[in-house]
Amino acid sequence: MQCCKGQGPQAPDPTVSGVDLSLLIPVLEKYKSKPGSLITILQKAQDLYGYLPIDVLDYVASETGIKPPNVYGVATFYTQFRLKPIGKYLIMLCMGTACHVNGASAIEDAICDELKIVDGETTEDNLFTLNNVACLGCCSLSPVMMINGETHAKLTPDKARKILREIRKQDQLETGKEATS
Amino acid sequence: MRIVVGQGSCGIAAGATKVSTALENEITQRNLPVSLELTGCCGTCYLEPVVDIYDEHNEKTTFVMVTPDMAGELIDIALEGKTPVETQIISAEDMEAQAKQKKVALRNAGSINPEDINDYLAVDGYKAIEKVLTTMSPTEVIEEIKISGLRGRGGAGFPTWFKWNAAYQQKESPKYMVCNADEGDPGAFMDRSVLEGDPHGIIEGMLIGGYAIGASEGIFYVRAEYPLAIKRLEIAIEQAREKGFLGKNILGTGFDFDLWIKAGAGAFVCGEETALIASLEGERGMPRLKPPFPAQKGYWQKPTNINNVETLANVPWIFRNGGAAFAAMGTELSKGTKVFALTGKIKKGGLVEIPMGLSLREVIFDIGGGILDDKAFKAVQMGGPSGGCIPAQLLDTPVDYESITKTGAIMGSGGMVVMDETTCMVEMARFFLDFTRKESCGKCIHCRMGTKRMLEILTRITDGKGKEGDIELLEELCEKVKEGSLCALGGTAPNPVLTTLQYFRDEYEAHIYEHKCPSHQCTHLLTYTISEEACRKCGICARNCPTDAISGSKDVVYVIDQDLCIKCGKCKTVCPFKAVDVD
Ligand SMILES: Cc1cc2nc3c(=O)[nH]c(=O)nc-3n(C[C@H](O)[C@H](O)[C@H](O)COP(=O)(O)O)c2cc1C
Ligand code: FES
Repeated sequence: MQCCKGQGPQAPDPTVSGVDLSLLIPVLEKYKSKPGSLITILQKAQDLYGYLPIDVLDYVASETGIKPPNVYGVATFYTQFRLKPIGKYLIMLCMGTACHVNGASAIEDAICDELKIVDGETTEDNLFTLNNVACLGCCSLSPVMMINGETHAKLTPDKARKILREIRKQDQLETGKEATS
Repeated sequence: MRIVVGQGSCGIAAGATKVSTALENEITQRNLPVSLELTGCCGTCYLEPVVDIYDEHNEKTTFVMVTPDMAGELIDIALEGKTPVETQIISAEDMEAQAKQKKVALRNAGSINPEDINDYLAVDGYKAIEKVLTTMSPTEVIEEIKISGLRGRGGAGFPTWFKWNAAYQQKESPKYMVCNADEGDPGAFMDRSVLEGDPHGIIEGMLIGGYAIGASEGIFYVRAEYPLAIKRLEIAIEQAREKGFLGKNILGTGFDFDLWIKAGAGAFVCGEETALIASLEGERGMPRLKPPFPAQKGYWQKPTNINNVETLANVPWIFRNGGAAFAAMGTELSKGTKVFALTGKIKKGGLVEIPMGLSLREVIFDIGGGILDDKAFKAVQMGGPSGGCIPAQLLDTPVDYESITKTGAIMGSGGMVVMDETTCMVEMARFFLDFTRKESCGKCIHCRMGTKRMLEILTRITDGKGKEGDIELLEELCEKVKEGSLCALGGTAPNPVLTTLQYFRDEYEAHIYEHKCPSHQCTHLLTYTISEEACRKCGICARNCPTDAISGSKDVVYVIDQDLCIKCGKCKTVCPFKAVDVD
């Protein structure tokens, strides 16, 4: 069962997020009368908000007529769904068999050490979130991680650190630019 | 002149998109009459990024490990007939490894443009469905599949004709045809490559299956982690609709069929048929008891046939070449070819498709090039979390369903993870139990708690705290979990433990009784020492030790304080004289 990840229940954040629920109206219009669409609705909601805040889950429940426990049940069953916000860069680190055999745990150690977070956590500056996943389908280039959709292959601990530092530097440049312009 | 850049997920990860952009810039800058195209994964992932250049006579030169800064040079070679440097093109040895294979399911992956239906049509695409719709009855279709001997490639190896026939026999309607593209085995990517490289091939397989069982709706259940596969499938479905291969009255024959895609949400158990159906219906993916089988009561309680991607990829080939031609390949009971994802400690990792019956040795050594860094082969893992580890003494086992099952592993969906002398088999078993424990849906107590207890024992052993009786306890738990689980997730979860116990029991015993990890992988069981003879007293180890556990000086040989040592191995990596021993 994925619901607790061995670190205690991953309960939805009880504080209401205050996200704009109206963004979800077109999605609900399209799918709510189609039976069996709950997973699709939650996927679209997560695309919109980056995660699934509790008010969104409640809203989906009330609009679709699916009981709230069933909505939470689905949201906590599947690993894709997140009940907490994530950082700007989502690191999906592969822990699949091929990556494991080729040293994924050393990569994990390096990332955790570099960012001072563990699997499932977000850095204090909200820049990075680390999620361990099982296989990204690039096994022949293992070990592999994907950051915001871009795959980084044949990693070594040093290479992984370098990629993260590079992203942080790039990000600082960009946000710096925005601030001055 | 055409330039084709391989852009499957693996190629893209290796930098193929950047190569393609560089080539495009070069072509526009020089204003050249060259068309730049994309294709899927050709299987030689270890050579990515791969670029094929076709000259005016359609002769192909394959360039390997291409980098963006090679773009200009490639164009020079292609246009001006400049001879390429040997290392830039595919070697004779690699060509030979390709020649040993037989591409049926992968026939188009890596050669056609998956985003253009015309490419598929040019290689006789959709000819099979045309033949089926215009000349064959559903029972004849099922009969042809029976002749071919095709068995399910999703893991269980169930005869495909039997499943199709069971769904065909059902009176209820509507019926559904489902393609299982959940590919949950971590370390396998056959289905991803086929979907990314030849989506129309699978659509055609779905059409033929749909016609055979009497369905007019088909669903692709695709893993969430495969965005590119989903994108290419979407494009392909749209193009097939435009050309009239999907929709109402297909090819004027009165047959209606349409397809849609459901993206999974990340749950291994959803690869299991009944869990997949629950997930399609928007529920938690919990398996249920069979019978009734999906063929009787599946999606929305209607007759449903579920097939794996690779199974379906074979179908159009069978109708173009005849079931007998397919049956002519392979062994007595395992016909045709099988795709494997060759990964781990292997030189030439990638996708291979071989006729059934080749030996494991041929696949790993002749095609895969042997073990990385020429280390010693220890085992090959087949079947993922439901499978097992096959040791060196069984390397001559032929690759077919029955022979692989006899070893205690399973054929599975096609993952082949190769391990060398540095891989600890107890740690490997722990890895898989960690996976199945997380992925157990929690419905059956034996699976939910049994895998947790097994994981605890295995963790204890790899941490150096194994106890007398642990092995026996593991064996007992294996039996109980097998017996007490409803679906094959729990039913096969003990396999990685059972096979490692069968072939590598000595490793378990060394961990428990001698507090040693023979593969030097389990850190808690390692002892680092500095050899008096080899130490040159440079002190680099002491300076790099994070816990100051090493002392010595210019005149005194360095020694490690075992109480302070955290076994990080830093001293061993930094020592220029290889004076640090580990045991
Ligand atoms: C836990 C579990 C996971 C499975 N995962 C997959 C999978 O990812 N892909 C797949 O095709 N079959 C998977 N299967 C096998 C399917 O249940 C089913 O047998 C298969 O899709 C049938 O297609 P086939 O007859 O064409 O092989 C899995 C089975 C179990 C028990
Ligand atoms: S095991 Fe890491 S990408 Fe497949």
